[in-house]
Amino acid sequence: MSDLTRMSAAQLAAAIASGEASATEVTNAHLERIAAVDDRVHAFLHVDAEGARAAALDVDERRSAGEPLGPLAGVPVGVKDIVVTRGVPTTAGSKILEGWRPPYDATIVERMRAAGLVMLGKTNLDEFAMGSSTEYSAYGPTYNPWDLGRIPGGSGGGSAAALAAYEAPLTVGTDTGGSIRQPGAVTGTVGAKPTYGGTSRYGLVAFSSSLDTPGPCARTVEDAALLHAVLAGHDPRDSTSIPQPVPDVVGAARQGATGDLTGVRLGLVREFGGEGAEAGVTAAFRDGLDALTKLGAEVVEVSCPNFQYALPAYYLIAPSECSSNLARFDGVRYGLRVGDDGNRALEEVMSLTREAGFGPEVKRRVIIGTYALSSGYYDAYYGQAQKVRTLITRDFTAAFERVDVLVSPTTPFVAFPLGSRTSDPYQMYLADLYTIPVNLYGGPAISVPCGLSEGLPVGFQIMAPTLADDRMYRVAAALESAVGTLTPGELS
Amino acid sequence: MAAISREEVAHLARLSRLAVTEEELDLFAGQLDVILQAVARVGEVVAEDIPPTSHSVPLTNVLRDDIEVPCLTADEALAGAPDVEEGRFRVPRILEEEV
Repeated sequence: MSDLTRMSAAQLAAAIASGEASATEVTNAHLERIAAVDDRVHAFLHVDAEGARAAALDVDERRSAGEPLGPLAGVPVGVKDIVVTRGVPTTAGSKILEGWRPPYDATIVERMRAAGLVMLGKTNLDEFAMGSSTEYSAYGPTYNPWDLGRIPGGSGGGSAAALAAYEAPLTVGTDTGGSIRQPGAVTGTVGAKPTYGGTSRYGLVAFSSSLDTPGPCARTVEDAALLHAVLAGHDPRDSTSIPQPVPDVVGAARQGATGDLTGVRLGLVREFGGEGAEAGVTAAFRDGLDALTKLGAEVVEVSCPNFQYALPAYYLIAPSECSSNLARFDGVRYGLRVGDDGNRALEEVMSLTREAGFGPEVKRRVIIGTYALSSGYYDAYYGQAQKVRTLITRDFTAAFERVDVLVSPTTPFVAFPLGSRTSDPYQMYLADLYTIPVNLYGGPAISVPCGLSEGLPVGFQIMAPTLADDRMYRVAAALESAVGTLTPGELS
Repeated sequence: MAAISREEVAHLARLSRLAVTEEELDLFAGQLDVILQAVARVGEVVAEDIPPTSHSVPLTNVLRDDIEVPCLTADEALAGAPDVEEGRFRVPRILEEEV
């Protein structure tokens, strides 16, 4: 048996189903890998070894008893620490929730448990998923397995790095403005943001409720599709969950892997051309585009004139919703309380608690959101951003009348050195330049590796119409079949 | 011209229940000014007759059937609280002391 930690989720599931390996062996191999490398990578905030072994044993026993098991039964998974897990610490990367053990599971966690997936633990993130480098985690950064001096992307840097370091074959992320796709791009892994409303938000620690979308992270497109199929589906506990069947993403990934894209029209967004992308990123993206045209796809240039306003609109909408959502951290029902000496009034204790519990990026966004929503500024900022959102949605709708998917680099630059953008928050925001528009529209998008620039991975983004998640998997799998997966060197 | 002053940031921090320090105010005032000048670009778009979009799912008034389902016990709900008294969340005093 080859190294279990190097196998794909699909391979592991097949080995477990055939009895070639037990879920317990697979789980132990990954727990050993985490113990061996995570002091250098810091992908995990909490490892639930006991819970993982119990879940694996349960799968092994059910298999022995001849029970039918799901397609990913026994496969380990890491879960971004903004997804609540019953009895397992959930911090959202913030000191304000340090030590909190949620009394319930998120819907997507329930779905993974029911499917027999084995949760290894909770992965690191920028505090409350606000950031593009995982440097804003209150528990220290995650390090990119391709170069430990560089960022693994964010906010889901832990979920992406855990894959690239072979600590887990699958992880779960959340994508509000690119937090699944940009970490996927800079770690040479696959990250998919489903259609907004396609995966349940019930049990996510809310950041920006009109944008937050949980989704799969993996090392192969097929694996991402397999996990997507487990996570997705209507949930009556989320009022924005879409009551429609999930597209056949696994079938689409397998179809795409045959390498035939005859008749597929790829839209190249004119407004993304030349703006801010590094030369090496553009070159690798062009190589990916050439590979797709060799498979039969046609490239069509499309214009999306309002995309230039996506970043400004996002950095008004997301902070506005965050300032409202984070009002729940008041030091009363859960988490930290600071300064309650018996004399201070509630409001002062609340202010001291939030001051001590939130990090600088969270405070900046809460303040911006409070500003953008305040009377006198509402129309000029939040109201105007919502109108821009309408125009961006119209750009997408018009583009999808001419093409099947839109393509772009996932992020303008490869993984940057730790500490190089933290002093200038707006420079950090620019990492999301290409990922944000589709969040405002609500459609699905995936990042898949397309090559290297100066030895570092470059991601290729494929955006599809709302509820056409299968389409992006087909194109992504075709690209993967042409350029292959990326493997970092062994950790130094 | 600055989009936002240090005094405005201090006021917004108070509204946001953040007891920020003087050092943070110095830092944030400059950073928030850069961010707000950049995001103010949304104002360049002429959008008078454009309806706003709050979220992308065209669903309204989503209701569920009125069926009893199990919920958290009081102990479970209180388990994460910083302070509990007699089966309830204990909060610091809410009213100002009488003079």
